[in-house]
Amino acid sequence: MVRRLLSCVREYKKLSILTFCLMVGEVLIECLIPFITAELVNRMKGDLEISRLLTIGVTLVLMALVSLTCGGLAGYTSAKASEGFAKNLRSDLFDRIQSFSFQNIDRFSSTSLVTRLTTDVANVQMSYMMIIRTAVRSPLMLVFAVIMAFIMGGKLAATFVFVLPAMVIGLIFITRKAMPAFRRVFRKYDKLNESVEENVRGMRVVKGFSREEYEKQKFKKAADDICNDFTKAERIVALNDPLMQICWYFNMVFILTVGSKLIIESRGLDLDVGQISAMLTYGIQVLMSLQMISMIYVIITISLESMRRIHEVLQEQPGLTNPENPVMEVRDGSIDFNNVSFKYSEKSEKFALADVNLHIDSGMTVGIIGGTGSSKSSLVQMIPRLYDTTEGQVLVGGVNVKNYDLVTLRDSVAMVLQKNQLFSGTIKENLRWGNEDATDEELVEACKLAQADEFISSFPKCYDTFIEQGGTNVSGGQKQRLCIARALLKKPKILILDDSTSAVDTRTDAMIRKGMASYIPETTKIIIAQRIASVQEADMIIVMDNGRIVTTGTHKELMESSPIYRETYEQQTSGQNAAVSEPKPAGNVKISAEGAAA
Amino acid sequence: MENKRPQIKTNSIKRLLTMLYKAYPVMLPIVGVCIVIAAVTAALPAIFQQKIYSVIGEWVESGDWAGASKQIYPLVTTLAIFYIISMIAGFARSQMMAVITQGFLNKMRQEMFAKMQNLPVKYFDTNKHGDIMSHYTNDIDTLRQLISQALPTIIRCTILLTAVMCIMLYYSLWMTLVVLLGVFAMLKITKKVGSGSAKYFIRQQKSVGITEGFVQEMMTGQKVVKVFNHEERSRADFKKDNDDLFEDAFRAHAYANVLGPIINNIGNTLYVTIAVVGGILLLSHTPNIGIISLVKGSVAVLSIDIVIPFLNMAKQFTGNVNQVAQQINSIAMAIAGAERIFELIDEEPETDEGYVTLVNAVIDNEGNITETEERTGKWAWKHPHHDGTLTYTELKGDIVMMDVDFAYVTGKPVLHDISLYAKPGQKVAFVGATGAGKTTITNLINRFYDIEDGKIRYDNININKIKKADLRNSLGLILQDTNLFTGTVMENIRYGNLEASDEECIEAARLAGADDFITRLPSGYDTMLENNGENLSQGQRQLLGIARAAVGDPPVMIMDEATSSIDTRTERIVQQGMDKLMEGRTVFVIAHRLSTVQNSNVIMVLDHGRIIERGSHDDLIAQQGQYYQLYTGAFELE
Repeated sequence: MVRRLLSCVREYKKLSILTFCLMVGEVLIECLIPFITAELVNRMKGDLEISRLLTIGVTLVLMALVSLTCGGLAGYTSAKASEGFAKNLRSDLFDRIQSFSFQNIDRFSSTSLVTRLTTDVANVQMSYMMIIRTAVRSPLMLVFAVIMAFIMGGKLAATFVFVLPAMVIGLIFITRKAMPAFRRVFRKYDKLNESVEENVRGMRVVKGFSREEYEKQKFKKAADDICNDFTKAERIVALNDPLMQICWYFNMVFILTVGSKLIIESRGLDLDVGQISAMLTYGIQVLMSLQMISMIYVIITISLESMRRIHEVLQEQPGLTNPENPVMEVRDGSIDFNNVSFKYSEKSEKFALADVNLHIDSGMTVGIIGGTGSSKSSLVQMIPRLYDTTEGQVLVGGVNVKNYDLVTLRDSVAMVLQKNQLFSGTIKENLRWGNEDATDEELVEACKLAQADEFISSFPKCYDTFIEQGGTNVSGGQKQRLCIARALLKKPKILILDDSTSAVDTRTDAMIRKGMASYIPETTKIIIAQRIASVQEADMIIVMDNGRIVTTGTHKELMESSPIYRETYEQQTSGQNAAVSEPKPAGNVKISAEGAAA
Repeated sequence: MENKRPQIKTNSIKRLLTMLYKAYPVMLPIVGVCIVIAAVTAALPAIFQQKIYSVIGEWVESGDWAGASKQIYPLVTTLAIFYIISMIAGFARSQMMAVITQGFLNKMRQEMFAKMQNLPVKYFDTNKHGDIMSHYTNDIDTLRQLISQALPTIIRCTILLTAVMCIMLYYSLWMTLVVLLGVFAMLKITKKVGSGSAKYFIRQQKSVGITEGFVQEMMTGQKVVKVFNHEERSRADFKKDNDDLFEDAFRAHAYANVLGPIINNIGNTLYVTIAVVGGILLLSHTPNIGIISLVKGSVAVLSIDIVIPFLNMAKQFTGNVNQVAQQINSIAMAIAGAERIFELIDEEPETDEGYVTLVNAVIDNEGNITETEERTGKWAWKHPHHDGTLTYTELKGDIVMMDVDFAYVTGKPVLHDISLYAKPGQKVAFVGATGAGKTTITNLINRFYDIEDGKIRYDNININKIKKADLRNSLGLILQDTNLFTGTVMENIRYGNLEASDEECIEAARLAGADDFITRLPSGYDTMLENNGENLSQGQRQLLGIARAAVGDPPVMIMDEATSSIDTRTERIVQQGMDKLMEGRTVFVIAHRLSTVQNSNVIMVLDHGRIIERGSHDDLIAQQGQYYQLYTGAFELE
């Protein structure tokens, strides 16, 4: 897993290695400096000579310069390398997700993908920077400082025999205790933020039921709970400081007492004051390094979970691949389903579609009717190969969809999804998703057909109106019409509308259908709808129930042969039978639409 | 511009600190004292070290440890005592800081949330949800950094620096000046590099926001991307954002990383400078000026015993300046975060001057109304008057709108001269094209928005006089997008009436026709719903929404496309329940499915914010106007 992620370092490998080297240089010098300063102090005590003092001084300044260069450069290279690594990770993740099939997308929720691309990558980046900067630095520092201390201090270095184990054990204890506590509380914290989001999203409901106080109480309870857990976890971590203090103070007292004894007993031969100062410096370096190492450990463990989550996406194999020698052209808009069965995941027992056999001629208008959960959407998603069939085959233009080049196929099959979306950008930009090279005239034409031109023109900036993220500044019906226009611009051989006019009023709905019939007569049109009025003029109506096609036929035929269809129809139009002077309303639509189609 | 901005900045920091102090008036000073103790005890060793060194100097020739130890032991013991005090203070401080930090964040979080509940619907309609959310995540996190790390570090370092400064002045003015020169250089550099770093950190935050927004949009629209073969384009778009983010993030971190080594090595250079200057001064036998000379009353010559502690103190100085410098980014970000948090807290809340309240009532045969505590199923408006008298009006659900005008944005009217009468028990439907103003009318009845002109009366009381909570409690609201909350199905239904028993909730679900699918869920009514009920279909969620409103038993219901996603067969199955549900209630229905509205008492046809036709289904069909066209599609007969 780590290797796979590290392969994303790519062009920043050199910088990363350079950081390593620079850090080694910095550490070496940093450990040498106390050695030299001790020398400096001693020089000052003895026969003071400015020239010798200056020599040592210049050496020290030069060393400081080298250390500065190393440290500064390492700061720069590590930032660039780690951010570059993060950039590559994000870009790899995004690329991978772009190659996902619907099946892959279903497996990851969109929010989890967003977190992986943002927070998780940031976590990994932080720990990477930590590793290339400090993971080398701290252990090296530790080793150097201990060695130098033994060289310089001799017996005095015995202090480390006490301090080192105490610090190590203390740190292990703290991390062991704190880590699980933090992991738990972070999970709760995410939940809390989710509940805030829920509250923001459902504010109309909260206010509509005047549940403000209730929500406050609910939040208070959850927030207090988290606060308690957080405090507990932080208090464990807060032991870090006193631990450091104990070790450092012990070190100080020990060195001062034993040191002075050694100096005086040996009459300043074994040891001198300068060495004591240096020992103290090394002591603090050792302790700081230990603390850093434990911090790195914590950060790496936290980011381990992030790494796992990123890796999961990178490892996910795209469910659909292009065939070898793909067919690059779709002949016409005819569709065939041969014994098609389909289930969303291998594990599920229930087939979403079972034994579907169907033939649709190119240029036909087909309506699909059926209750919620009758797999209407599943059926049409087979056509642009959004999912692969489990059994049987789907042919478009007489060729199995699996043999087509995916881009070619999907360019020829336009689909307006039930859960549709506009993207932030102007209306024009959104429409051009359908066809990047569409002229302004073409855009207007498509919008006129989708009955969108009128409301677009009523906006102050017309087609340059900016659509907010998620299309929040247009109404549901407007959004649907824009989505239809966007699909029309593809000039597809097959156009699928999956309940795409549910938020559009009946009149507009009828006008859209009429427009399509005249504008794209050769295109095969498949309409999924709740309203029978939306499909009743179709050349063929498919009635679905529970993943199966119950029956097919024209409106007239179905009214006679299909009880479900007739029932639904009567239910939807029941009121008008009561109206005394009611002419048969649907008939009018039918005549006109058919007239237009012909 | 330069003048104005820092002003605001210090204000929000000041306000934050005041709040912090008010939240912990006892603990905070104790922590302060602990920090002072820790800082002072950290400064002291230099003195003891120095004393010990001079004792060593005195006895080193003799080699008599026994004699020297008599002077050294007391010194070391005093030092150890100081250390023990310092440790206790350190322990107390770090433990209390953990409590304070988390407690304060909790307080801020709750304050924001409570405040947010009182904001008008308009706020949520005009602000992006992601943006509101980031107050709770990013902005709160910046405060955490500030309180737990930056502030204590700054306080400790400032005290320590002052203490060290005093000690230095005590010994020697000349040497102090040398140290100050170094500190000056450090501050200059910190300011320069630090401001660069802060600038890029804030830019990085912005880039992160942009990238996050883009990713969010693409991830939710991934299926649309697929359908339109838009993968390459979105890759290219992402590359741009990603590269920008890289540039800012790398600069921010580079600046931050470089600062440490720079200050450290200025420190090293300072160390050398002190040694050299000290050496020169020693050799030239320069008279030493310092507080010590004032105390002693005589000016002595600078001695080696003074120069050496200076070397250590310079080290301490450097270390502390470095620590403060490392906090600069968190401070800059915390200021930005605090500003945003206060912006939310200072947002104008929803006002409520209503004084008419809803009470349980007992109505006798003569129609006299008396107030009662118990739930009677009857309700009355309690209306206090200026002269101190009280009147009670029975809650019936009689709603009248007179000449109502409304605009979301001033100057862009959405509704014109809307007048309507809804008698108790009537079903009033609104039909019309998208954007005609149907939903807006219902937004006005429950006062999500306030009307500009005209009047709305509820049981003959101006709705502005009714307390908003009571007004809304009497109106059952069912929206097209049903928002569900994390919790069981039962809890979600009970949201409509917190006092409802399980049986009442189940009864309401039956009425709404939701019982059937609920009982088929894995754990029935105890099934946990998460993430807005993501595992339910749109239609099932709508049924739950209806049940939720039904359990409140409101006299008036507003159904805004409440059944749009329920397929017509299911709708027919639930129709009976729905009819029963609507019985005896005033119901406002918005639907584009005409079968849903045709049995209404009155149907209002709206067009561009005006009512253009009104009447029963039969009336309107007979009129052969807009409704007739909508209904029959006859407009196509050209």
